[in-house]
Amino acid sequence: MSDEDLKNILGGFYMITSIVVMRGSDGKSKSKFQFHQYNRRFVSPLRFYNIFDTHVLHAPQSLDSGFHQSIMNYLVGAFKPPCNIFVSFADGRSRKQVPLKKENGKTVMAALFQSQESIVGEVVIEPVHRKKVEHNGVKIELLGQIGLLYFLMSFIFISELYFDRGNFYDFTSLVRELDIPGELYERKTYPFEFSTVEMPYESYNGVNVRLRYILKVTISRNYVSNIVEYQEFVVRNYTPTPSINNSIKMEVGIEDCLHIEFEYSKSKYHLKDVIIGKIYFLLVRIKLKNMELEIRRRESTGSGPNTYVETETLTKFELMDGAPVRGESIPIRLFLSPYELTPTYQNINNKFSVKYYLNLVLVDEEDRRYFKQQEITMYRLLETS
Amino acid sequence: MIADGVEDEEKWLAAGIAGLQQNAFYMHRALDSNNLRDALKYSAQMLSELRTSRLSPHKYYELYMRAFDELRKLEMFFKEETRRGCSIVDLYELVQHAGNILPRLYLLCTVGSVYIKSKEAPAKDVLKDLVEMCRGIQHPVRGLFLRSYLAQVSRDKLPDIGSEYEGHCRGCCGICASKLYGDEQIVGADAAPGTRPRKGEKREREERAKRSCNICDPQLVGKNLHVLSQIEGIDLDMYKETVLPRVLEQVVNCKDEIAQYYLMDCIIQVFPDEYHLQTLDVLLGAFPQLQPTVDIKTVLSRLMERLSNYAASSADVLPEFLQVEAFSKLNNAIGKVIEAQPDMPILGMITLYSSLLTFTLHVHPDRLDYADQVLGACVKKLSGKEKLEDKKATKQIVSLLSAPLDKYNDIVTALKLSNYPRVMEYLDSETNKVMATVIIQSIMKNKTRISTADRVEALFELIKGLIKDLDDAFHDEVDEDDFKEEQNSVARLIQLLHSDDPEEMFKIICTVRKHILGGGPKRLPFTVPPLVFSSLKLVRQLQGQEENPFGEEESTTPKKIFQVLNQTVETLSNIPAPELALQLFLQCAEAANDCDLEPVAYEFFTQAYILYEEEISDSRAQVTAIHLIIGTLQRMHVFGVENRDTLTHKATGVIFLLFHMFRKQLSIFQLYLTWALVFEQYSAKLLKKPDQCRAVYACSHLFWVDDQDNVKDGERVLLCLKRALRIANAAQQMSNAARGSAGSVTLFVEILNKYLYFFEKGNPQITVAAIQSLIELITTEMHSDSSTPDPAADAFFASTLRYMEFQKQKGGAIGEKYEPIKV
Repeated sequence: MSDEDLKNILGGFYMITSIVVMRGSDGKSKSKFQFHQYNRRFVSPLRFYNIFDTHVLHAPQSLDSGFHQSIMNYLVGAFKPPCNIFVSFADGRSRKQVPLKKENGKTVMAALFQSQESIVGEVVIEPVHRKKVEHNGVKIELLGQIGLLYFLMSFIFISELYFDRGNFYDFTSLVRELDIPGELYERKTYPFEFSTVEMPYESYNGVNVRLRYILKVTISRNYVSNIVEYQEFVVRNYTPTPSINNSIKMEVGIEDCLHIEFEYSKSKYHLKDVIIGKIYFLLVRIKLKNMELEIRRRESTGSGPNTYVETETLTKFELMDGAPVRGESIPIRLFLSPYELTPTYQNINNKFSVKYYLNLVLVDEEDRRYFKQQEITMYRLLETS
Repeated sequence: MIADGVEDEEKWLAAGIAGLQQNAFYMHRALDSNNLRDALKYSAQMLSELRTSRLSPHKYYELYMRAFDELRKLEMFFKEETRRGCSIVDLYELVQHAGNILPRLYLLCTVGSVYIKSKEAPAKDVLKDLVEMCRGIQHPVRGLFLRSYLAQVSRDKLPDIGSEYEGHCRGCCGICASKLYGDEQIVGADAAPGTRPRKGEKREREERAKRSCNICDPQLVGKNLHVLSQIEGIDLDMYKETVLPRVLEQVVNCKDEIAQYYLMDCIIQVFPDEYHLQTLDVLLGAFPQLQPTVDIKTVLSRLMERLSNYAASSADVLPEFLQVEAFSKLNNAIGKVIEAQPDMPILGMITLYSSLLTFTLHVHPDRLDYADQVLGACVKKLSGKEKLEDKKATKQIVSLLSAPLDKYNDIVTALKLSNYPRVMEYLDSETNKVMATVIIQSIMKNKTRISTADRVEALFELIKGLIKDLDDAFHDEVDEDDFKEEQNSVARLIQLLHSDDPEEMFKIICTVRKHILGGGPKRLPFTVPPLVFSSLKLVRQLQGQEENPFGEEESTTPKKIFQVLNQTVETLSNIPAPELALQLFLQCAEAANDCDLEPVAYEFFTQAYILYEEEISDSRAQVTAIHLIIGTLQRMHVFGVENRDTLTHKATGVIFLLFHMFRKQLSIFQLYLTWALVFEQYSAKLLKKPDQCRAVYACSHLFWVDDQDNVKDGERVLLCLKRALRIANAAQQMSNAARGSAGSVTLFVEILNKYLYFFEKGNPQITVAAIQSLIELITTEMHSDSSTPDPAADAFFASTLRYMEFQKQKGGAIGEKYEPIKV
């Protein structure tokens, strides 16, 4: 890692002095807009998340939570389940598959649905070695879950972080009984259908929150633990092109030092959209080095005093290299398609929100960063292709 | 950011090249395996090496060239890729995903060139987009190179008219071109990144200037300008309507003095003269809008220089100049610029006017009023200011004033410019002199004849720095040689003034006289003689003509001239330069003699005598003076041709006046006697023996004038010579007594020569025997023990003997005469 890189990283957390935003040209409504101070202590929690999975291994209550399937599979594998369960969708061949990132970091392909679709398929249960499997009934559930990762901060010992990741909420739960109690001797196929399922929320895999849809097949048994199989699928909902889509235009600056005016052509973008814009330099009296546009995702979880906000910078897109002169205008053209974006989620089930911001950052020669953050709304446009 | 040391820079360059090559290697591998994603990834990484700020443009260029080569391969790959069915539009989008702007734009330009060739989109749109996106690079060096790259790759694709990409309107070409060009130039502006003006920080300014210079990597800028000039699509209309206004707008907006200067200069240098001429309005209109500190004068001067050269190139284009009223436009523009920049140093102002003048002279050689107008404007601007202290400014004025001289090769024309002397007034005396010298030299070079008194008057008004001490006479620390040089040139000038009309010539002389008389003691010795001689020339001219060809009332008579001369020379004797005055009086006397103006000659002689008596005290000077007087007197035929008695009487009067001793009638012989007395009187005290001796034998000529039979008194001649011999002898003895050795025999040899002269002339008193004995005397003297060997005298004697031998051998009447002499 070169010095320069290090500087950039550290620079991101430097304190930044205040900057005056001017709204409109009347000058009356000038207000100070605060520059956010990044406390370096916040760097540490970030690191913890990255090794989150290893923590989970030592957490006993996570076993049947269903949230950490991989761990469960691992534990179950020791006992070799007496039968194999396969869940397949009726239109599995033709249905679109999208990549889905699992907790273990692996990406698998998962079927894609949207709200109001009927989920039709079949469950195949195949006893291993033709062993007889006794059960108290077989059922399939369609669950919509939100998993939140909470932590309480101790202001004395940072290491004593407490993760409450067992908080799961099923916001949707549909059940179909597939079989009455009995015995299974051989491979058996159960068709199932959930028609016109209301799935208002999209699947989401964030830093502190996860929203997923699963099909859970349970073979209930006496005395021994149930045999459970999960099949996750992805839900995406499409919104039409918004009728009102104003541009974002604003003049910001530091008095007598820097006045810029920036303009983004729209305030609402679809996921494959292009951000087009321009930055006009009205007054430049500081030696700028470069300028970049950051796309930031702000994920806020919980509510009330337990709200935790996590912001991640998805990309830094360099817009300008060198020092501009007064009167210069710098074009912006940023294709959004390479980034893994989601639509903006507003207060999903009172549990979390995901918002997107464009952060325009100007860096001067002393590596001071001046920035202005603007929220943009993301939406998913039905892909015609 | 420029490297601290060359070594470090080398190191960084090496590191940059290494990184570049490594990524280029991976890129090649990706290209070979048709892996587009990897190819883009590694090419972007490769291009990231160009993001360095540590290299100077020169080193950066090395790095850039390597990247350039690699990008060619990438371009080939993109071409193949599109052939394989990859959409060029997708490719165009794909390369824009790169996060760093510099690699992104390099890739974009590379794809863009393929895009244009594919003709899937109008070339102008693609180009416009590329140019627009390139604005993201505001760093001067990197920006310059990037734009250069863009220019390179799109050079053959710019939508020229008539090219295969035709079909776009001509205006578009203009837009593209001007954008490209403008952006290119804006880079120059960025050369000075500190946009905050800081007063007093001179160092920073210098640094900026230096950096700006660095930016002006001639290779690159040259390349880009070349590209622009290759765009055939730009014709005059488009240039006028699109290109120039846009470029100027860019220039005005960039607000940086160094850049603006550079840009304006570029514009002027890059486009053809004809275009400039036709768009003079627009171009000039931009000047007052530039920053007040921009070095406009140089730019404008260059423009005018170009236009002048254009005008000079062919006479056909001159009507165009008239048509667009180039002069008045330029004149107005200069006025505006000077108004807009109140801080402009005088130097700048003068430079502007100087160039304008040059322009005017080239374009409107016939319009003298224009030139005068320029000078007038210059005077107006200069007025209210003290005399110029600034050396450079004065230098400029000199060149300003020299311009008309050079052009017209004729001071007469310059003399017609009424404002000319007024401009000169603003020079300090030093420069004034220089200017005057320039003027004189011009006259000399061109042998200009200034033949009217009015012009002479004007001319002397111009060069008065040379002929008078201007106001500040006290700090006259001029180098003696320089002063002489100057005055000599004035003297030459005076010689050049000539008119065939005696009347006018006389006027000229009077004018000159009027001017030079104020010159003071130091100048008069230089200036009076030429005036005297040119007057004498006039006298002789008049003399050559028929008796009084003019009417009775004719004012110019030799007499009158002599009067003037008398007064003139008299001033010399006052200053004091008696020797010179004496010589001049004698010259005048001789001329008067030739004119048969006896009283005048007499008067001049009187003056000469008075001078000799009263002023000349140095013995050597006296000797010279005596020789001169004797020489002149000898030629004076007026004395004694007609009325010898009267003449002698008058001559006596002269002598009387001189010595206050004799008041009796003297013949020429008596005159000589008087002279002898004079010598005896004065020489005893003043003259050294040899001088005395020489004076005496010189006097002998007074008694023997070849062409006047009545002045051939052989006896007196012999007397003179004998006397001379005596003196020589005495000198010899004195020297013997004083130093113990005999002096040189030179005097004897000289006297021998006189003997021979008169012998040949047939003076009966000079006998063979006398000569013979003299020769013997000399020989004895030479061989005596006490004599000091004197090679010069020996040689002189030997050659005298040889001469005699020669005459003998030649035979004839003279030879026969020599025959009896034994050597």
